[in-house]
Amino acid sequence: MSSQEIAIEPKLNYLNCDYSIKSWLLTTDHKRIAWLYMMAITFFFTVGGIAATLMRLNLLEPQGLLVEPETYNKLFSIHGIIMVFFFLVPSIPAVMGNFLLPMMLGARDVAFPKLNLLSWYIFMTGGSLVLYTVIAGGVDTGWTFYTPLSTLYLNTHVMAAAGGVFIAGFSSILTGLNFVVTIHKMRAPGLTWFRLPLFVWAMYAASIIFIIGTPVIAISLFLIVVERIFHVGIFDPSLGGDPILFQHLFWFYSHPAVYVMILPSMGVISELITAFSRKRIFGYHFVAFSSVAIAAIGFLVWGHHMFISGQSVYAGLVFSALSMAVAIPSAVKVFNWTATLYKGSISYEAPMLYALGFIGLFTIGGLTGLYLATTGLDQHVHDTYFVIAHFHYIMVGGAVMGYLGGIHYWWPKMTGRLYPDGWARVAAIIVFVGFNLTFFPQFILGYLGMPRRYAVYPPEFHTLNVISTAGASILGLGYVIPLIYLAWSLRYGPIAGPNPWKATGLEWTTSSPPPTHNFEETPIVTEEPYRYDRLAEEIHVA
Amino acid sequence: MHNSQAVVAEQFDDRVQQHEAASLGMWIFLATEIMFFGGLFTGYTVYRNLYTTAFETGSHLLNARIGALNTAILIASSLTMALAVHSAQTGKRAKLIFFIISTMCLGAAFLLIKFFFEWTHDYAEGFVPGLHFTYAGPHASHVALFMCFYFIMTGVHALHMVAGEGVLTVLLIMAWRGRFNQERYNAIEMMGLYWHFVDIVWIFLFPLLYLLGARF
Repeated sequence: MSSQEIAIEPKLNYLNCDYSIKSWLLTTDHKRIAWLYMMAITFFFTVGGIAATLMRLNLLEPQGLLVEPETYNKLFSIHGIIMVFFFLVPSIPAVMGNFLLPMMLGARDVAFPKLNLLSWYIFMTGGSLVLYTVIAGGVDTGWTFYTPLSTLYLNTHVMAAAGGVFIAGFSSILTGLNFVVTIHKMRAPGLTWFRLPLFVWAMYAASIIFIIGTPVIAISLFLIVVERIFHVGIFDPSLGGDPILFQHLFWFYSHPAVYVMILPSMGVISELITAFSRKRIFGYHFVAFSSVAIAAIGFLVWGHHMFISGQSVYAGLVFSALSMAVAIPSAVKVFNWTATLYKGSISYEAPMLYALGFIGLFTIGGLTGLYLATTGLDQHVHDTYFVIAHFHYIMVGGAVMGYLGGIHYWWPKMTGRLYPDGWARVAAIIVFVGFNLTFFPQFILGYLGMPRRYAVYPPEFHTLNVISTAGASILGLGYVIPLIYLAWSLRYGPIAGPNPWKATGLEWTTSSPPPTHNFEETPIVTEEPYRYDRLAEEIHVA
Repeated sequence: MHNSQAVVAEQFDDRVQQHEAASLGMWIFLATEIMFFGGLFTGYTVYRNLYTTAFETGSHLLNARIGALNTAILIASSLTMALAVHSAQTGKRAKLIFFIISTMCLGAAFLLIKFFFEWTHDYAEGFVPGLHFTYAGPHASHVALFMCFYFIMTGVHALHMVAGEGVLTVLLIMAWRGRFNQERYNAIEMMGLYWHFVDIVWIFLFPLLYLLGARF
């Protein structure tokens, strides 16, 4: 840092207060812990992305271009395990939630800062175990660990992988616990529940899922490990065990986990849409309660993963109806965002491009979810690329777009620097184009009958697979560009100032980067969030 | 030394907020524990429903009298734990130390009985699936399933007891050094919640595992 810059920002903030490695590894500052998580999940995203790249390359040729079928099994397993448990689930909660939640609440830190740091170490322990799995030769159960495949038939590193996910689960649990307590007990004076930013509501809903869902997958994976070590028959049909029971336990967490991925992203989108259309959110209460509704109903739909697994037809009917019901609060959000845009003063900065992309892609992902919730149609498309395309529209088109949009929006707050907006817009458009080119053909492939998880396919699917792989390379480029200019901006970006977007919200009232305790004085909140109408007047008067 | 430490951690405004946050955090943690055990209870219920006779047979292989004795010991330990919390809140150091030690002894008694009089015996009899299972009566594989759940559920419960004993040891040292008083007893109170929870899990485990079917 040059002496001139020191003159510009002489203030002590959470970044320049201490530069030692120890001060990072033993920090209890929620903002620094957010950075620790960001480094970790960026790394895991890269590993998962490399696995995806190899898969797409292999699918360039019908008979498989690159790898043996066994290796392909390991690639999609490690892609799924890492992307779900070590990128998507922690992404927005552990990075942006950690950084922003206390600031949005006007608090000095989360309720349990040491526990917060412990969560990161637990996460890294689980992650290391999964990385060991990759290095030691991989695991080929798929991310679903279905029994009896995972307990009886495979001799890969199932226990290490399951153990890694088991351990990382406790990191989710502790993060969720920390957030719920923080939201309940640490709000600034005057910050009532209906003055909370919608991001906080979304984090609250996601935390509830962490708390209630994660222990169940922990015990399911624990049972798998016990079954493998002692060769007992908890899920082994030949010994009286029931493999379907595992699927019930697994999906009881793993379907709500989808909402853990998408709800925080929806929270980010609510912030972005209001900030860049300079309007109050349309239907605040509806958006807030739809988060809670999604979390609640989301716990009652897991059976739609098991329509053809041997679950009773009546259970299937009920799960089908409940799965349809989740579409209602999801649609409420989309309609309210759209209504917020209506007659707004919209500008197209990079975060807004991600937000708009999110709305479109999430809508496609959500509507195709209704196809899959229909018991009859699901017979046809179950375990095909249609499912793959559907959940990538939700998880990549939804969750990752929200993550990138949020990173861009709050980057100036986190670092005190602006990134080059032109490059950011280009990257956002590349991501959008690359994403659609990758995954839209997969809807067609799946509908035509191409099953998921195969290293080879009939020649008539060749063209669509080539298009998909081409799209994936564009998508990959779209992910690399932000890495470069964001890193560049750390040193060379222009100074951001406390509120570069002229946005509302407590996090924008403090300096960028914020001081260690976030605020010079505890803020007092006197009005609802998103008063862009008033803010506009103030700017006009000034 | 302890006087220099602030009673209220820096992220909190006052003691009330700190106490409420700790309580809520502990209750949420217990909720996650309920879900954790809930997965096991669900599995148990499913199989008990499928293999009712085999599960009754399996249950009769267990020693309900020792189970009852352990239940009594654990309930007594909940009483001493509650008294420890009360002593902490009223600032009675000697009583606090006494009741923590009592709780630890009762917990240790439970674990020792569990290990030496039950599991060791079960192993000798050949009731342990995966390690030493020689039971050859009717429905042997389903009885094995019952035994699986018996060992996993009581094992996970015992692990929670061991963890509790560990934390109690730390609290005992802190109490010895006079770290607790009328203003500062959060840790003891939270430990109390945890201990009662582990106790209640056992209250469910005992009838489900030991008391199935007509017995006496």
